[in-house]
Amino acid sequence: MTQTNRISGGLVDRSKTLNFTFNGKNLQGHPGDTLASALLANGQRMMGRSFKYHRPRGVLTAGSEEPNALVQLRAGAHQEPNTRATVAELFDGLAATSQNHRGSLETDLMEVTDLFSRFLSAGFYYKTFMWPKSFWEKVYEPIIRHSAGLGRLSGQEDPDIYDKGFLHCDLLVIGGGPAGLSAALTAGRSGARVILADEDFLFGGRLNAETFEVDAMPGSDWAERARAELTAMDNVRLMTRTTVYGAYDHGIYGALERMTDHLPTSSGKPRQILWRIYSKRAVLCAGATERPIAFGNNDRPGVMLAGAVRAYANRWAAAPGKRVAVFTNNDDGWRTASDLSRAGVTISAIIDSRDGEPRAQIPGATVAMGGRVMDTCGRKGIRSIKLVDGRTIDADCLAVSGGWNPNVHLTGHQRGRPAWREDLAAFVPGEDLPAGMAVAGAANGALTLAAALSEGRAASEKALNDLGISPNGGDMVKAEDEAADITAFWHVGESKARAWLDQQNDVTAKDVKLAHRESYRSVEHLKRYTTLGMATDQGKTANMLALAIMAECTGKTIPETGTTIFRPPYTPIAMGALAGRARGKDFRPYRLTPSHKWAEEQGAVFVTTGMWLRAQWFPRPDETHWRESVDREVAGTRGSVGVCDVTTLGKIDIQGRDAAEFLNKLYVNGFAKLAVGKVRYGLMLREDGMAMDDGTTARLGEHHFVMTTTTANAGPVFRHMEFCRQCLWPELDVNLISTTDGWAQFAVAGPNARKLLQKVVDPEHDITNEAFPFMACAELTICGGTKARLFRISFSGELAFEIAVPARYGDSLMRVLMAVGEEFDVVPYGTEALGVMRIEKGHAAGNELTGQTSAANLGMGRMVSKKKDCIGNTLSERPDLNRDDGLRLVGFKPVNRVETLTSGAHFIALGKSAVMDNDEGWMSSVTFSPELGHSIGIGFIKQGSERLGEVVRAVDLVRGKDIEVEIVSAHFIDPEGERLRV
Amino acid sequence: MIRIPCPYCGERDHSEFTYGGDGSITYPALDAPMADWLEAVFERENVRGLQLETWHHVMGCRMWLLVERDTMTHEIHSVRAAHTGLAAVLEEKS
Repeated sequence: MTQTNRISGGLVDRSKTLNFTFNGKNLQGHPGDTLASALLANGQRMMGRSFKYHRPRGVLTAGSEEPNALVQLRAGAHQEPNTRATVAELFDGLAATSQNHRGSLETDLMEVTDLFSRFLSAGFYYKTFMWPKSFWEKVYEPIIRHSAGLGRLSGQEDPDIYDKGFLHCDLLVIGGGPAGLSAALTAGRSGARVILADEDFLFGGRLNAETFEVDAMPGSDWAERARAELTAMDNVRLMTRTTVYGAYDHGIYGALERMTDHLPTSSGKPRQILWRIYSKRAVLCAGATERPIAFGNNDRPGVMLAGAVRAYANRWAAAPGKRVAVFTNNDDGWRTASDLSRAGVTISAIIDSRDGEPRAQIPGATVAMGGRVMDTCGRKGIRSIKLVDGRTIDADCLAVSGGWNPNVHLTGHQRGRPAWREDLAAFVPGEDLPAGMAVAGAANGALTLAAALSEGRAASEKALNDLGISPNGGDMVKAEDEAADITAFWHVGESKARAWLDQQNDVTAKDVKLAHRESYRSVEHLKRYTTLGMATDQGKTANMLALAIMAECTGKTIPETGTTIFRPPYTPIAMGALAGRARGKDFRPYRLTPSHKWAEEQGAVFVTTGMWLRAQWFPRPDETHWRESVDREVAGTRGSVGVCDVTTLGKIDIQGRDAAEFLNKLYVNGFAKLAVGKVRYGLMLREDGMAMDDGTTARLGEHHFVMTTTTANAGPVFRHMEFCRQCLWPELDVNLISTTDGWAQFAVAGPNARKLLQKVVDPEHDITNEAFPFMACAELTICGGTKARLFRISFSGELAFEIAVPARYGDSLMRVLMAVGEEFDVVPYGTEALGVMRIEKGHAAGNELTGQTSAANLGMGRMVSKKKDCIGNTLSERPDLNRDDGLRLVGFKPVNRVETLTSGAHFIALGKSAVMDNDEGWMSSVTFSPELGHSIGIGFIKQGSERLGEVVRAVDLVRGKDIEVEIVSAHFIDPEGERLRV
Repeated sequence: MIRIPCPYCGERDHSEFTYGGDGSITYPALDAPMADWLEAVFERENVRGLQLETWHHVMGCRMWLLVERDTMTHEIHSVRAAHTGLAAVLEEKS
């Protein structure tokens, strides 16, 4: 098939031919074509099937508001469903398929749905499929899911790259039609930093679709000249294929730039870029969208908007039909007739709902003033139309114009409401625009050319004046205002057949009336009940008709009926673009520990803990199960010595004359009397009295402390301390720095820990038990003069130290410790072994410090000093937190030692049923203890510390477990702490 | 998506800051009666309009700020350092 409907003129490049396929059929088009224009040029009117009734549908519009012509583009993983053919640029090799039919587009097996339409009226979801209830999941839902919906996803990983970017400007001009170009030229010539964005690939907007003149040249030539001038300005950034989709606070706009969608492949470049544009001022020049008129069978392929018919003929040199009829309520429809007639297309009739004289002489056309189209005929595209007066007129295309709606969408993104203009029979932007935004041109209701040009200039000048830039826009452009009279007319009441309002969601005039009868009268309810205005087009061509019909039903005016709230995005955005590069392992950044490279060399298995990637365990080649590795690491540590990278613990350096007092106010226990060279465990509470975090704090000098926090709370605790310092006690002389990344820190634990460290610490420093006892700390040197800090603290319950060096020496120190430790069979251990040893020792960690547990719950009630006040101590005395039957942290052993405990299990007394009323607490952490040879756990149970030896049940309904457990001390090993002090 | 003019760093994206809470609260002294603490910690106004709130410029100068923000429009009316001494110094400089 050749391009049977290609006519002369237009802005397509006939010197090149592009080959493409539609449903496998080979077709040709030219650069400058969209898929829709190329299909029309090839005489392909039918482009898809409707969502609900599978009715044949063709293209309705020539822009991003298209409800019908949704296609799947490309193949394989690159396949993209629900692409509007009206905005898909043609490229050589493009492959498109139509959607939503079983069998071919021409013979859709689902077409029978249309015969049952009277059962599928508005709200049918809510009325049918109600019984039997059990049918929903197994029968109804699968059927609905299978038959409904638009295109299909490829089901494969999206192979394209998406990026995000940030732009700043004085003036953002949204839309590059006459108003936008005029605004951008004015601001650009005045030296302001300008961004001009348009969703089209060509600047000019309607200038490219009309036959108007600007400055005595064709409008499209003037647009091209304006583009060239703006391109030459360094202070102007031109963005085509860029949709400004949302207006956010403080002059921030979201925009999506389609970088490679018009190319056969992305060639490794980002497919789309999601921009955040920071503007000082913005001018919305988004133009207007034409709306149809509702009448019987107004959805047949070939029924199109009049402005779109004109655009296809004028811009794309594609005649949507051979015999075109026009149905209009305004002067704009007449322009379609005269433009097409001039291009040699037969105009069979002009039906104008207004009375009066014909607005133009169109050769050969039947003119029906005061006429109305009642119905259309033709199975897969219209053949003829029927008028209310009984006449039948042949036409293979019916151009319909019900007037134009200003594109006010972005003006409502900050909840602004549009205002009604009776003379336009349309909503225009209201008073409460987003701060910094002005509206110009058709978007502002200035629907004629000269008005649009001058409004764009005026809005730009106003913005420049606001910014203190003197406008220097040059000569006024010369253009004339075209005729634009309209008499509102929404739907043909005489039509018996279904009249479609929302073609994307198959909503008819009757559905709106039904919704009214069933009391869904508010526009927001109407939308949800009928699905009007949902999905990819958001009812851009549909909503006004439905509002008008609802207004008729209720006897209210259209402005009283109101519109639904406009929300971003203006047009659909792919999830990939919103995700950008934050996919897979790049979902969020993670930090590597200083020993990461070394651990990698050892074949460590890594785990994400908070913002860090940490070694979880270090498998040896002969080990097949993670437990083997972890048990070996624990045994090696408890038996001799192990090393673990604990850099991830938060470290906060605290200095100042009032540092000790500051800590006293922060921690429940006292720090003022902590001696220099000593470490103390501390617990801090939130203001509400619940435990916030714990850790050790070392006093390195009279006015110098180093605090450690848990890995997860490093950020929040630092923020909390800064809040206390700045907002609560500004009079204290204290300063804080987070040094978490500054120091590499390793735990060296086990009976041989000291012997190992003595090989590293420079000989002048005595670290014997006498000189450097449990809870000592010192700044010293290692490996012949390297600055280090040594803390004698233990999380494992063994004789243990933590040694810190500036982070840049972390990798070396790990290697040195492993080398000198060889004679002690030193083992590196990961977070799993760390966890095993802390549970064996009964230390609280993240599972216990949940923010819902108090010091008393944790068994640390007595730590809360009575001699001084700290944050949270007052509210920790709330009666409910001090009940006699309060939860206490204790240990648990399975009565039958071969059983495996699970965390999350709830404690129930023996013989009682497992219901909430009998709940006594929960298991928070469990592990297999290599030392004891069975499963152990710690958890919270009512009055736990007074119930040691009692047996209760640990019921885990999620995992289907019910195990008898004995309440024991949480200190499973070395309860007296003798190992720590040797 | 709002912008906050930090008195030290200049205008920055809100993503550099962390929201604190109600900035109009005067926390009682640590030894104040429980009733005062209950009120300070749990009683909150749900303000429609101008609200004083604390923000932490955690990805910037780390200053805690007192921000007057309109909860209806997100318009920011004033920003100053929460630390009284810092606020005085910054005001003197500007």
